[in-house]
Amino acid sequence: MMNYIWGAMILVSLIVSIFNGNCGETVNAGLTAAKNSVGTVMSFAGILCMWSGIMRIAEDGGISAALSKLLSPVMKRIFPKIPPDSEAMRCITMNVTANLLGMGNAATPLGLSAMSKLDEMNGSGEYASDEMCCFTVLNTAALTIIPSTIISLRAAAGSADPFEITAPVWISSIVSVTTALCAVKLFIFMGAKVRARAALRRKDHALDK
Amino acid sequence: MLWINNAAEFAIPFMIILILSAAFFRRVGVYQSFTDGAEDGIRTVVKIFPVMTAILVAVAMMRESGLGSIIIGLISPVTDALKIPAGLVPLMLLRPVSGGGSLGILTDMLAEYGADSFIGRCASVITGSTETTLYTIMVYFSATRAKYTRCTLPAAILADILGMTAGVYVCRIFFGG
Repeated sequence: MMNYIWGAMILVSLIVSIFNGNCGETVNAGLTAAKNSVGTVMSFAGILCMWSGIMRIAEDGGISAALSKLLSPVMKRIFPKIPPDSEAMRCITMNVTANLLGMGNAATPLGLSAMSKLDEMNGSGEYASDEMCCFTVLNTAALTIIPSTIISLRAAAGSADPFEITAPVWISSIVSVTTALCAVKLFIFMGAKVRARAALRRKDHALDK
Repeated sequence: MLWINNAAEFAIPFMIILILSAAFFRRVGVYQSFTDGAEDGIRTVVKIFPVMTAILVAVAMMRESGLGSIIIGLISPVTDALKIPAGLVPLMLLRPVSGGGSLGILTDMLAEYGADSFIGRCASVITGSTETTLYTIMVYFSATRAKYTRCTLPAAILADILGMTAGVYVCRIFFGG
Protein backbone atom coordinates (compact mmCIF):
# COMPACT_ATOMS: atom_id res chain seq x y z
CA MET A 1 0.00 0.00 0.00
CA MET A 2 2.80 2.39 0.91
CA ASN A 3 4.30 1.53 -2.49
CA TYR A 4 1.39 3.17 -4.26
CA ILE A 5 1.05 6.08 -1.86
CA TRP A 6 4.73 7.01 -1.79
CA GLY A 7 5.26 6.38 -5.51
CA ALA A 8 2.22 8.48 -6.40
CA MET A 9 3.34 11.32 -4.09
CA ILE A 10 6.67 11.65 -5.96
CA LEU A 11 5.33 10.93 -9.43
CA VAL A 12 2.29 13.21 -9.32
CA SER A 13 4.37 15.95 -7.64
CA LEU A 14 6.81 15.92 -10.55
CA ILE A 15 4.01 15.90 -13.14
CA VAL A 16 2.25 18.81 -11.40
CA SER A 17 5.55 20.69 -11.14
CA ILE A 18 6.05 20.39 -14.92
CA PHE A 19 2.66 22.04 -15.44
CA ASN A 20 3.42 24.69 -12.82
CA GLY A 21 6.88 25.30 -14.27
CA ASN A 22 8.76 24.73 -11.00
CA CYS A 23 10.30 21.37 -11.79
CA GLY A 24 13.81 22.38 -10.69
CA GLU A 25 12.62 23.82 -7.37
CA THR A 26 10.61 20.67 -6.66
CA VAL A 27 13.59 18.38 -7.18
CA ASN A 28 15.73 20.70 -5.08
CA ALA A 29 13.16 20.70 -2.27
CA GLY A 30 13.33 16.89 -2.29
CA LEU A 31 17.12 16.91 -2.06
CA THR A 32 17.12 19.47 0.75
CA ALA A 33 14.58 17.40 2.67
CA ALA A 34 16.72 14.28 2.30
CA LYS A 35 19.71 16.20 3.59
CA ASN A 36 17.77 17.61 6.55
CA SER A 37 16.22 14.25 7.45
CA VAL A 38 19.53 13.19 9.03
CA GLY A 39 19.47 16.11 11.45
CA THR A 40 15.75 15.59 12.15
CA VAL A 41 16.15 11.95 13.11
CA MET A 42 19.27 12.66 15.18
CA SER A 43 17.49 15.49 17.03
CA PHE A 44 14.90 13.17 18.53
CA ALA A 45 17.00 9.98 18.72
CA GLY A 46 18.43 10.83 22.15
CA ILE A 47 15.10 11.61 23.81
CA LEU A 48 13.57 8.48 22.33
CA CYS A 49 16.45 6.40 23.75
CA MET A 50 15.96 7.99 27.15
CA TRP A 51 12.29 6.96 27.28
CA SER A 52 13.06 3.45 26.04
CA GLY A 53 15.63 3.17 28.82
CA ILE A 54 13.19 4.31 31.49
CA MET A 55 10.50 1.97 30.21
CA ARG A 56 12.96 -0.90 30.37
CA ILE A 57 13.59 -0.10 34.03
CA ALA A 58 9.80 -0.16 34.54
CA GLU A 59 9.63 -3.61 33.00
CA ASP A 60 12.58 -5.02 34.94
CA GLY A 61 11.48 -3.37 38.19
CA GLY A 62 8.02 -4.92 38.16
CA ILE A 63 5.92 -1.83 37.35
CA SER A 64 4.55 -3.52 34.22
CA ALA A 65 3.49 -6.56 36.25
CA ALA A 66 1.77 -4.33 38.83
CA LEU A 67 -0.05 -2.42 36.08
CA SER A 68 -1.17 -5.72 34.52
CA LYS A 69 -2.70 -6.71 37.84
CA LEU A 70 -4.50 -3.37 38.11
CA LEU A 71 -5.90 -3.83 34.62
CA SER A 72 -7.20 -7.36 34.99
CA PRO A 73 -10.68 -6.40 36.31
CA VAL A 74 -11.15 -4.08 33.33
CA MET A 75 -10.00 -6.81 30.95
CA LYS A 76 -12.52 -9.23 32.49
CA ARG A 77 -15.26 -6.73 31.63
CA ILE A 78 -14.11 -6.27 28.05
CA PHE A 79 -13.52 -9.98 27.38
CA PRO A 80 -16.14 -11.78 29.49
CA LYS A 81 -15.85 -15.04 27.52
CA ILE A 82 -12.11 -15.54 28.02
CA PRO A 83 -11.18 -17.41 31.23
CA PRO A 84 -9.34 -14.91 33.49
CA ASP A 85 -6.42 -17.22 34.27
CA SER A 86 -5.90 -18.47 30.70
CA GLU A 87 -2.76 -17.90 28.66
CA ALA A 88 -4.77 -15.83 26.15
CA MET A 89 -5.93 -13.44 28.88
CA ARG A 90 -2.38 -13.12 30.21
CA CYS A 91 -1.08 -12.16 26.75
CA ILE A 92 -3.93 -9.70 26.25
CA THR A 93 -3.35 -7.98 29.59
CA MET A 94 0.40 -7.76 29.05
CA ASN A 95 -0.12 -6.40 25.54
CA VAL A 96 -2.39 -3.63 26.82
CA THR A 97 0.11 -2.87 29.60
CA ALA A 98 2.97 -2.61 27.11
CA ASN A 99 0.88 -0.26 24.98
CA LEU A 100 0.01 1.90 28.01
CA LEU A 101 3.70 2.20 28.86
CA GLY A 102 4.52 3.06 25.25
CA MET A 103 6.58 -0.07 24.62
CA GLY A 104 5.42 -0.75 21.08
CA ASN A 105 8.28 -3.18 20.46
CA ALA A 106 7.10 -5.38 23.31
CA ALA A 107 3.39 -4.97 22.56
CA THR A 108 3.35 -6.40 19.05
CA PRO A 109 4.81 -9.89 19.78
CA LEU A 110 2.49 -10.19 22.81
CA GLY A 111 -0.45 -9.15 20.67
CA LEU A 112 0.42 -11.70 18.01
CA SER A 113 0.60 -14.56 20.50
CA ALA A 114 -2.70 -13.40 22.04
CA MET A 115 -4.26 -13.48 18.57
CA SER A 116 -3.01 -17.00 17.87
CA LYS A 117 -4.40 -18.15 21.25
CA LEU A 118 -7.74 -16.54 20.36
CA ASP A 119 -7.55 -18.30 17.01
CA GLU A 120 -7.23 -21.66 18.79
CA MET A 121 -10.25 -20.82 20.94
CA ASN A 122 -12.09 -19.96 17.72
CA GLY A 123 -11.22 -23.35 16.24
CA SER A 124 -9.20 -21.60 13.51
CA GLY A 125 -12.50 -20.61 11.90
CA GLU A 126 -12.80 -18.43 8.79
CA TYR A 127 -14.74 -15.76 10.64
CA ALA A 128 -13.00 -13.72 13.33
CA SER A 129 -14.38 -14.30 16.82
CA ASP A 130 -15.91 -11.46 18.85
CA GLU A 131 -12.83 -11.45 21.08
CA MET A 132 -10.48 -11.09 18.10
CA CYS A 133 -12.39 -8.06 16.83
CA CYS A 134 -12.43 -6.50 20.30
CA PHE A 135 -8.75 -7.09 20.92
CA THR A 136 -7.57 -5.82 17.53
CA VAL A 137 -9.70 -2.71 17.83
CA LEU A 138 -8.23 -2.12 21.29
CA ASN A 139 -4.82 -2.10 19.64
CA THR A 140 -5.77 0.22 16.78
CA ALA A 141 -6.66 2.90 19.31
CA ALA A 142 -3.46 4.15 20.89
CA LEU A 143 -3.85 4.34 24.66
CA THR A 144 -0.57 5.58 26.15
CA ILE A 145 0.30 7.17 29.48
CA ILE A 146 3.25 9.14 28.08
CA PRO A 147 3.27 9.80 24.32
CA SER A 148 7.07 9.77 24.34
CA THR A 149 7.75 9.80 20.59
CA ILE A 150 5.56 12.85 20.08
CA ILE A 151 7.18 14.57 23.06
CA SER A 152 10.63 13.83 21.59
CA LEU A 153 9.64 15.28 18.23
CA ARG A 154 8.16 18.40 19.84
CA ALA A 155 11.25 18.93 21.99
CA ALA A 156 13.45 18.54 18.92
CA ALA A 157 11.32 21.10 17.05
CA GLY A 158 11.97 23.66 19.80
CA SER A 159 8.62 23.63 21.62
CA ALA A 160 8.45 25.77 24.77
CA ASP A 161 6.50 22.99 26.51
CA PRO A 162 6.77 19.65 24.68
CA PHE A 163 4.66 17.92 27.36
CA GLU A 164 1.58 20.15 27.06
CA ILE A 165 -0.12 17.80 24.59
CA THR A 166 -0.21 14.90 27.09
CA ALA A 167 -3.66 15.55 28.57
CA PRO A 168 -5.29 16.28 25.17
CA VAL A 169 -3.77 13.03 23.86
CA TRP A 170 -5.32 11.13 26.80
CA ILE A 171 -8.76 12.59 26.13
CA SER A 172 -8.73 11.93 22.38
CA SER A 173 -7.45 8.39 22.79
CA ILE A 174 -10.18 7.69 25.33
CA VAL A 175 -12.74 9.00 22.82
CA SER A 176 -11.31 6.73 20.16
CA VAL A 177 -11.04 3.63 22.37
CA THR A 178 -14.58 4.07 23.66
CA THR A 179 -15.90 4.51 20.12
CA ALA A 180 -14.07 1.43 18.90
CA LEU A 181 -15.25 -0.82 21.75
CA CYS A 182 -18.84 0.46 21.61
CA ALA A 183 -18.93 -0.05 17.84
CA VAL A 184 -17.69 -3.64 18.13
CA LYS A 185 -20.01 -4.51 21.03
CA LEU A 186 -22.96 -2.94 19.24
CA PHE A 187 -22.16 -4.90 16.09
CA ILE A 188 -21.92 -8.15 18.05
CA PHE A 189 -25.20 -7.40 19.87
CA MET A 190 -27.02 -6.63 16.61
CA GLY A 191 -25.55 -9.73 14.98
CA ALA A 192 -26.78 -11.90 17.84
CA LYS A 193 -30.25 -10.35 17.56
CA VAL A 194 -30.42 -10.94 13.80
CA ARG A 195 -29.30 -14.54 14.27
CA ALA A 196 -31.86 -15.10 17.03
CA ARG A 197 -34.64 -13.74 14.82
CA ALA A 198 -33.53 -15.97 11.92
CA ALA A 199 -33.58 -18.99 14.21
CA LEU A 200 -37.06 -18.06 15.38
CA ARG A 201 -38.24 -17.75 11.80
CA ARG A 202 -36.84 -21.17 10.97
CA LYS A 203 -38.70 -22.59 13.95
CA ASP A 204 -41.96 -20.99 12.76
CA HIS A 205 -41.48 -22.49 9.31
CA ALA A 206 -40.94 -25.89 10.84
CA LEU A 207 -44.17 -25.50 12.86
CA ASP A 208 -46.13 -24.43 9.74
CA LYS A 209 -45.15 -27.58 8.02
CA MET B 1 -9.41 21.87 32.48
CA LEU B 2 -6.56 23.06 34.70
CA TRP B 3 -6.51 20.04 36.99
CA ILE B 4 -5.99 17.61 34.14
CA ASN B 5 -3.10 19.70 32.80
CA ASN B 6 -1.56 19.58 36.26
CA ALA B 7 -2.13 15.85 36.37
CA ALA B 8 -0.28 15.49 33.08
CA GLU B 9 2.55 17.67 34.30
CA PHE B 10 2.98 15.60 37.46
CA ALA B 11 2.37 12.26 35.74
CA ILE B 12 5.84 12.19 34.21
CA PRO B 13 8.02 12.94 37.26
CA PHE B 14 5.68 10.77 39.35
CA MET B 15 6.08 7.86 36.98
CA ILE B 16 9.87 8.17 36.92
CA ILE B 17 9.97 8.23 40.73
CA LEU B 18 7.65 5.21 40.90
CA ILE B 19 9.60 3.26 38.28
CA LEU B 20 12.98 3.95 39.88
CA SER B 21 11.90 3.24 43.47
CA ALA B 22 10.21 -0.02 42.45
CA ALA B 23 13.38 -1.05 40.64
CA PHE B 24 15.53 -0.15 43.67
CA PHE B 25 13.18 -2.08 45.93
CA ARG B 26 13.63 -5.16 43.79
CA ARG B 27 17.39 -4.62 43.54
CA VAL B 28 17.28 -4.33 39.75
CA GLY B 29 20.43 -3.04 38.06
CA VAL B 30 18.80 0.21 36.93
CA TYR B 31 21.81 1.45 35.01
CA GLN B 32 22.10 -1.77 33.03
CA SER B 33 18.34 -1.80 32.37
CA PHE B 34 18.43 1.79 31.18
CA THR B 35 21.28 1.24 28.73
CA ASP B 36 19.66 -1.97 27.45
CA GLY B 37 16.42 -0.07 26.86
CA ALA B 38 18.25 2.81 25.19
CA GLU B 39 19.85 0.31 22.84
CA ASP B 40 16.34 -0.79 21.92
CA GLY B 41 15.50 2.87 21.31
CA ILE B 42 18.43 3.31 18.93
CA ARG B 43 17.25 0.24 17.05
CA THR B 44 13.85 1.90 16.64
CA VAL B 45 15.57 5.05 15.39
CA VAL B 46 17.61 3.08 12.83
CA LYS B 47 14.45 1.34 11.65
CA ILE B 48 12.54 4.60 11.35
CA PHE B 49 15.29 6.57 9.62
CA PRO B 50 14.84 5.34 6.00
CA VAL B 51 11.06 5.76 6.30
CA MET B 52 11.52 9.30 7.58
CA THR B 53 13.80 10.21 4.68
CA ALA B 54 11.39 8.74 2.15
CA ILE B 55 8.40 10.60 3.55
CA LEU B 56 10.15 13.90 4.19
CA VAL B 57 11.39 13.95 0.57
CA ALA B 58 7.95 13.09 -0.80
CA VAL B 59 6.21 15.69 1.38
CA ALA B 60 8.70 18.42 0.46
CA MET B 61 8.22 17.68 -3.24
CA MET B 62 4.44 17.63 -2.86
CA ARG B 63 4.47 21.02 -1.19
CA GLU B 64 6.95 22.68 -3.55
CA SER B 65 5.22 21.40 -6.70
CA GLY B 66 1.81 22.70 -5.66
CA LEU B 67 0.25 19.22 -5.44
CA GLY B 68 -0.21 19.69 -1.70
CA SER B 69 -2.42 22.74 -2.09
CA ILE B 70 -4.43 20.97 -4.82
CA ILE B 71 -5.21 18.03 -2.50
CA ILE B 72 -5.99 20.31 0.43
CA GLY B 73 -8.24 22.38 -1.85
CA LEU B 74 -10.16 19.26 -2.89
CA ILE B 75 -10.85 18.13 0.68
CA SER B 76 -11.28 21.56 2.25
CA PRO B 77 -15.12 21.62 1.93
CA VAL B 78 -15.31 18.63 4.28
CA THR B 79 -12.70 19.91 6.72
CA ASP B 80 -14.21 23.41 6.70
CA ALA B 81 -17.59 21.95 7.59
CA LEU B 82 -16.02 20.10 10.53
CA LYS B 83 -13.90 23.17 11.43
CA ILE B 84 -10.67 21.18 11.09
CA PRO B 85 -7.58 23.07 9.83
CA ALA B 86 -7.02 22.00 6.20
CA GLY B 87 -3.27 21.61 6.76
CA LEU B 88 -3.98 18.52 8.89
CA VAL B 89 -5.48 16.59 5.96
CA PRO B 90 -2.26 14.91 4.68
CA LEU B 91 -1.46 13.72 8.21
CA MET B 92 -4.99 12.41 8.80
CA LEU B 93 -4.93 10.50 5.51
CA LEU B 94 -1.54 8.88 6.08
CA ARG B 95 -1.88 8.15 9.82
CA PRO B 96 -3.84 4.85 9.54
CA VAL B 97 -1.48 3.51 6.87
CA SER B 98 2.08 4.30 7.95
CA GLY B 99 3.51 4.99 11.40
CA GLY B 100 6.94 6.19 10.27
CA GLY B 101 5.33 8.14 7.45
CA SER B 102 2.98 10.03 9.74
CA LEU B 103 5.86 10.80 12.12
CA GLY B 104 7.64 12.23 9.06
CA ILE B 105 4.66 14.43 8.20
CA LEU B 106 4.37 15.52 11.85
CA THR B 107 8.07 16.48 11.91
CA ASP B 108 7.60 18.43 8.70
CA MET B 109 4.54 20.24 10.10
CA LEU B 110 6.27 21.09 13.40
CA ALA B 111 9.13 22.67 11.42
CA GLU B 112 6.79 24.41 8.97
CA TYR B 113 4.17 25.85 11.33
CA GLY B 114 6.05 25.74 14.66
CA ALA B 115 5.63 23.20 17.48
CA ASP B 116 3.57 25.64 19.57
CA SER B 117 1.23 26.78 16.80
CA PHE B 118 -2.40 25.63 16.96
CA ILE B 119 -1.99 23.36 13.94
CA GLY B 120 1.28 21.97 15.32
CA ARG B 121 -0.43 21.07 18.58
CA CYS B 122 -3.38 19.50 16.75
CA ALA B 123 -0.99 17.44 14.63
CA SER B 124 0.86 16.27 17.75
CA VAL B 125 -2.37 15.23 19.49
CA ILE B 126 -3.73 13.43 16.42
CA THR B 127 -0.51 11.49 15.88
CA GLY B 128 -0.25 10.64 19.58
CA SER B 129 -3.80 9.47 20.07
CA THR B 130 -4.22 7.23 17.00
CA GLU B 131 -2.49 4.16 15.64
CA THR B 132 -1.51 2.72 12.26
CA THR B 133 -4.98 1.16 12.08
CA LEU B 134 -4.79 -0.67 8.75
CA TYR B 135 -1.29 -1.98 9.38
CA THR B 136 -2.21 -3.20 12.88
CA ILE B 137 -5.28 -5.07 11.62
CA MET B 138 -3.24 -6.67 8.86
CA VAL B 139 -0.42 -7.78 11.17
CA TYR B 140 -2.68 -9.00 13.98
CA PHE B 141 -4.92 -11.07 11.75
CA SER B 142 -1.87 -12.57 10.06
CA ALA B 143 -1.43 -14.57 13.29
CA THR B 144 -4.84 -16.22 12.82
CA ARG B 145 -6.63 -18.32 10.22
CA ALA B 146 -9.56 -15.93 10.09
CA LYS B 147 -10.28 -14.61 6.58
CA TYR B 148 -13.15 -12.33 7.49
CA THR B 149 -12.43 -9.66 10.07
CA ARG B 150 -16.16 -8.79 10.40
CA CYS B 151 -16.65 -5.48 12.19
CA THR B 152 -12.98 -4.82 12.97
CA LEU B 153 -12.18 -2.45 10.10
CA PRO B 154 -15.33 -0.30 10.18
CA ALA B 155 -15.15 0.01 13.97
CA ALA B 156 -11.47 0.97 13.86
CA ILE B 157 -11.97 3.53 11.07
CA LEU B 158 -14.94 5.07 12.88
CA ALA B 159 -12.82 5.29 16.03
CA ASP B 160 -10.02 6.97 14.08
CA ILE B 161 -12.33 9.57 12.56
CA LEU B 162 -13.97 10.39 15.90
CA GLY B 163 -10.62 10.36 17.73
CA MET B 164 -8.99 12.73 15.24
CA THR B 165 -11.94 15.11 15.24
CA ALA B 166 -11.95 14.99 19.03
CA GLY B 167 -8.24 15.81 18.99
CA VAL B 168 -8.87 19.08 17.15
CA TYR B 169 -11.74 20.06 19.46
CA VAL B 170 -9.80 19.16 22.61
CA CYS B 171 -6.90 21.32 21.37
CA ARG B 172 -9.32 24.18 20.84
CA ILE B 173 -10.54 23.83 24.44
CA PHE B 174 -7.05 23.51 25.89
CA PHE B 175 -5.10 26.01 23.82
CA GLY B 176 -7.76 28.20 22.18
CA GLY B 177 -7.61 29.02 18.46
